[in-house]
Amino acid sequence: MITLENINRSFGSKQVLHDLSFSIGDGRMTGFVGSNGSGKTTTMRILLGVLAADSGHITVDGSPITPTHRSAIGYMPEERGLYPKMPIIDQLIYLARFHGLSRQAAKRRGLELLEELDLNGEPTDTLESVSLGNQQKVQIAAALIHEPQALVLDEPFSGLDPVAVERTLNVLKSFADTGAPVLFSSHQLDLVERLVDDLVIINQGRLVANGTAEQLRRQRSRPEWTLQTETDMGWVRELPDITVVELDGTWVRFSADNANAAEAVMRRALSAGSVRSFAPHTVALNRLFQEVTQP
Amino acid sequence: MSRASFTSAIGLVIEREIMVRVRSKAFMTSTIVSIVLFGALVAVSGALPTLFSSTDKVAVTSAGAEAMEGSDDIDLVTVESADEAKDLIRSGEVAAAVVESDDSPVGYSVIAERSAPESLTGALSEVPTVQLLDPDAPDPVLTNFIGLGLGIVFFMAAMTFGNTIASSVVEEKQSRIVEILLASTSARVLMFGKIIACTILAFAQIGLTALSVLIGAAISGNDLVLGKVAEPIAWFIPLFIVGFVMVAALYAAAASMVSRTEDLASTSSPIMMLIFLPYMAVIVFSSNESVMAVLSYIPFSAAVAVPMRVFLGTIEWWEPLISLVILAGTTLLALLLATRIFERSILRSGPKLSWKQALTRS
Repeated sequence: MITLENINRSFGSKQVLHDLSFSIGDGRMTGFVGSNGSGKTTTMRILLGVLAADSGHITVDGSPITPTHRSAIGYMPEERGLYPKMPIIDQLIYLARFHGLSRQAAKRRGLELLEELDLNGEPTDTLESVSLGNQQKVQIAAALIHEPQALVLDEPFSGLDPVAVERTLNVLKSFADTGAPVLFSSHQLDLVERLVDDLVIINQGRLVANGTAEQLRRQRSRPEWTLQTETDMGWVRELPDITVVELDGTWVRFSADNANAAEAVMRRALSAGSVRSFAPHTVALNRLFQEVTQP
Repeated sequence: MSRASFTSAIGLVIEREIMVRVRSKAFMTSTIVSIVLFGALVAVSGALPTLFSSTDKVAVTSAGAEAMEGSDDIDLVTVESADEAKDLIRSGEVAAAVVESDDSPVGYSVIAERSAPESLTGALSEVPTVQLLDPDAPDPVLTNFIGLGLGIVFFMAAMTFGNTIASSVVEEKQSRIVEILLASTSARVLMFGKIIACTILAFAQIGLTALSVLIGAAISGNDLVLGKVAEPIAWFIPLFIVGFVMVAALYAAAASMVSRTEDLASTSSPIMMLIFLPYMAVIVFSSNESVMAVLSYIPFSAAVAVPMRVFLGTIEWWEPLISLVILAGTTLLALLLATRIFERSILRSGPKLSWKQALTRS
């Protein structure tokens, strides 16, 4: 488990991280969400040791992080970059050798990864000669080439087509299944919602939410229900302790303090006519995100 | 998972930098062309003195004029006495003189500064005695060769490989791979690896050029190149290596301050001036001893000025050592400065920094 404690960082007079603390659990996919300029990239750079924190601690399984720990993290920076004019396999080998892999081992591993990610091109092609989506796959391979024990990926899915997203997802998931911590940021919240075990949401350099998606829903929103009947539902507005979120003739979405209050609404609807459906409504991560970042 | 040690990481950077250049067609072509060109130049230069000496003026007294009758292609300057002729030779107005002489069996002799022009001795019907005013004087052709030749070698290497190192830094910055590299190793490793790789490449290129020059000299039969320039060259080598590291470090720092190749010229032009101005000064003031003495202590001109003064014999034995110490000290400072700037600027993207900003930013 990797833990960040009270990380602060300023650029000049502008403080971009304020006492940021969160953990990335072993074998868990942790989604890192925040609007542009909220400090995600800075946090990841500090985690990798590319930037230094002004104050705060990072620990790995309880002991302070060392260069050896950091070296065991696979990293994919937000701004993609590899050598445009260098053959794909050569740059993977080059990067792997900084981590102590032999040339032969690096080559074997590199070819395996390119196969697994379904690179559309030859490993000996130069990077600039393959399409952007394929360059993205090489970038992911570059993060995995040295058999890391943890992954930190900044926007790993941007620029990928849906098929490539699924393929990359599988690679990442199988990586997390080996018990490794995985942190990744993304703006594609629907994807994050489907993929992550834990969520870390930051806003203007401060942690605003941390936990499983379910926990966040429970913490942040009043639970919601939807109800579909055959008669007009306007009367729900008049009920005390019930808030109508959306109303469309015979369909209503409302929030209530608890399930009992919601069922009372359903029973009253049943006495007025037939009820087609009644179910708890899952708040989309999108809205959750808006709620916590724009209070 | 281990991490490559400092030295083996530097080794990796050096290996990649060298492989990339060696595999580059443009780099190899320009290297081969310049090597062949230098050799060819020296091979041809053996023929140059005879080509030009036919137009040299020759001073003659009345007796000399008689001896020269019939050689129309030599420009004659009539003088009153042998002493007047010697003055003209010393001032460089004429290349040689033909005057009456009692010592000579043919009744006249040839006077010259350090050697009698072949065109002249060949034109005379009978072989005269030759009187040399200063046989040990440095050959002006060779002096120019040392000054211009070493100057060009240093200047070209500094410019070419300075720009090579700069574009290699900017490439990594612009493509942002530098962030992945910094997650695997340190900024220092990247910078030192590049500097060492470029020094090796520059030195290899110059070594091959030197070899080509020697072959050229052998072809032209110009054995002077070998004997007399050995000592100046022996000083040039250490001064060049140390001086080159200094220039390379400054170029690496300049490149780390920009995010795009287009901005490189603005941060690297001060370095270019630092190399170019002393280089010009050495050529312009090559015959001014006191200016040359000063230039041999300035780090940017030492590599050319010191060998030149060694060749002219106007330098004390300890002076090159002092120059080398000053240069080494400056290089150390340049490396410290460059490391500082490089570490602070390498991750920065956006508008370019000025040298002042790069040094003062916290």
